[in-house]
Amino acid sequence: MPSLCEVDALKVHFPLHGVAAWWRTMREGTPPVVRAVDGVSFSVAAGETLGLVGESGCGKSTVARSLVRLVQPSSGAIRFDGTELSTLGNDDYNKMRPHLQMVFQDPTASLNPRLSARRMVAEPLKLHTNLGAAERRERTDAVLQEVGLGADLADRYPHELSGGQRQRVNIARALVTNPKLLILDEPTSALDVSLRARVILLLEELRQRHGLSYLFISHDLATVRYLASRVAVMYLGVIVEEAPVEALFDRPAHPYTRALLAAVPIPDPDARRDPFVLSGEIPSPIDIPPGCRLRARCPLAQPVCAEPVPYREVASGHFAACHLV
Amino acid sequence: MNTIVEIDNLSVGFASDHGEIEAVDGASFDVREGEIVGLVGESGSGKSVTATAILRLIRKPGRLTGGHILFDGRDLCALPEDELQKIRGVKISMISQTPRTALNPLITVGKQVARLFVLHAGLSKSESRKHALDMLALVGIPEPARRARQYAHQFSGGMCQRVMIAMALATSPRLLIADEPTTGLDVSTAARILDLLRDLGVKTGASILLITHDLGVVATTCQRVAVMHAGQVVEIAPVRSLFRLPAHPYTRALVRSIPRTDRAIRMEPVPGSVPSLLNAPPGCRYAGRCPLVEARCHAFKPALKQIAPEHAVACFAVEDGRAVAV
Repeated sequence: MPSLCEVDALKVHFPLHGVAAWWRTMREGTPPVVRAVDGVSFSVAAGETLGLVGESGCGKSTVARSLVRLVQPSSGAIRFDGTELSTLGNDDYNKMRPHLQMVFQDPTASLNPRLSARRMVAEPLKLHTNLGAAERRERTDAVLQEVGLGADLADRYPHELSGGQRQRVNIARALVTNPKLLILDEPTSALDVSLRARVILLLEELRQRHGLSYLFISHDLATVRYLASRVAVMYLGVIVEEAPVEALFDRPAHPYTRALLAAVPIPDPDARRDPFVLSGEIPSPIDIPPGCRLRARCPLAQPVCAEPVPYREVASGHFAACHLV
Repeated sequence: MNTIVEIDNLSVGFASDHGEIEAVDGASFDVREGEIVGLVGESGSGKSVTATAILRLIRKPGRLTGGHILFDGRDLCALPEDELQKIRGVKISMISQTPRTALNPLITVGKQVARLFVLHAGLSKSESRKHALDMLALVGIPEPARRARQYAHQFSGGMCQRVMIAMALATSPRLLIADEPTTGLDVSTAARILDLLRDLGVKTGASILLITHDLGVVATTCQRVAVMHAGQVVEIAPVRSLFRLPAHPYTRALVRSIPRTDRAIRMEPVPGSVPSLLNAPPGCRYAGRCPLVEARCHAFKPALKQIAPEHAVACFAVEDGRAVAV
């Protein structure tokens, strides 16, 4: 499959400020940085859903934000549809943006409380197209209809909509410019169980109908299993494992993936539980030790884990960064 | 097994300009000694209001409109405020969804835990400090002596929840109400908090009422489950029966609506949405969403009827045998 979006060795480092940072700069010679994303590479093929999973603080949202230029990458390449995005000027980049849209986690905070659903969805058309008012309205209503918001809801303001309906407005707003890639940053985690199921089904239906590609970012592994065709697992700024969805869930290779899967409670009292657990908590992304980043927490750690970790193919299309696989 | 708390036909209403919102409508269930009971349902099903009612902490314009809460042989609904003070936080304690906001940001964590021993057990300062460190160690906080001198903002979300659990268990309560204790935590942190609750329940002999919308949490943690929908308890069952033989149409829809990690499934959302509770009609509140609805469901509320040992359902279709198992 031709890849639509390719991210290569992406790094996003945030400099630290203040007295403590200044003191460390004086002492160590180099200014301290938060290595939020520390060399991430992946690609999303046309028409596929890549799941990007990991716990809070692993850098998955920063990856998403750097794709839409909400944060500036420190280094690395982002190729989208054959164009290198990271070196584009703002004007040229903005011409790409209709093809690359994003849906945010918080359906309330990401909507303008003073615009009706219809005006909010029409906004990207005003920015990116030359459509007249009547055409804009026609397109807006068609998209709102498609996400399940009828004409009676289109004139409502965010506070008059439920959480699920608000997220539908967000999805409609992202879809209205006919994008090729949709970046979904935890689109269901603020929703209730039954609403979550409906938004998941809606996303899958839209993807199939329009041949969309999704970068689906989530910590909810069950949802990822349902939507994604391939999954990449992030830990402390790097991807530690990547595999087709079935392989990843049935035969996780990396200890971190295994621990993550073991921690998800399965809605079945008879399901077998893997007792595999990691010790401690995710360390600070400021002082990352060399070697495997999971080393200090991993029950399988060996002396070799202090060496730089190879990213190997352990089965067809299944990659893992671990000395022990 | 002895019953710790019995909720009998509890109703809670909130007065509004447009009429009465009946957030809990005749809920009945019990929690027995040493047991972990799950209370599940969507947002707006009245789970948290029920929990707040058990502690008699319903704020105006809300009020108890009926029913009894029997705890230790006494009806909490009829007790005066000063008697309630001797129960609240002592014999019944609660941990919430937002542990960080429940902790005082200006007092060290150790002091907050120690205060409970001064207040409720009348211990001296040095003794209570020692007990506080023991409690922090018990809930798995590494280096408790150092951490006790820190403030809430220096703790991660999971660690804050551990402190809350330490505080909730400090007075050796009979009942611990855990309101969505793992929502907002990462999966691996959440798993360890649940393990901790399970362990400590056994160790301290406290029964736990676990409020959650996550059926995965229910399956791995609880022994019995009460399912709530729009303020009504629709089914009570042992955890295995709830997942193997769910009887109420709502429970069945709920079980089918969740994706899972261990195998690929077809997912079907629960039809419709939670109905408005403002001047709610008298019948079963699931009627508007139910595929098995008939005329009397709108007019009359079905009572909880036992269909198997420990397994009770409130549904006319189940009574008539029209609801065939999935």
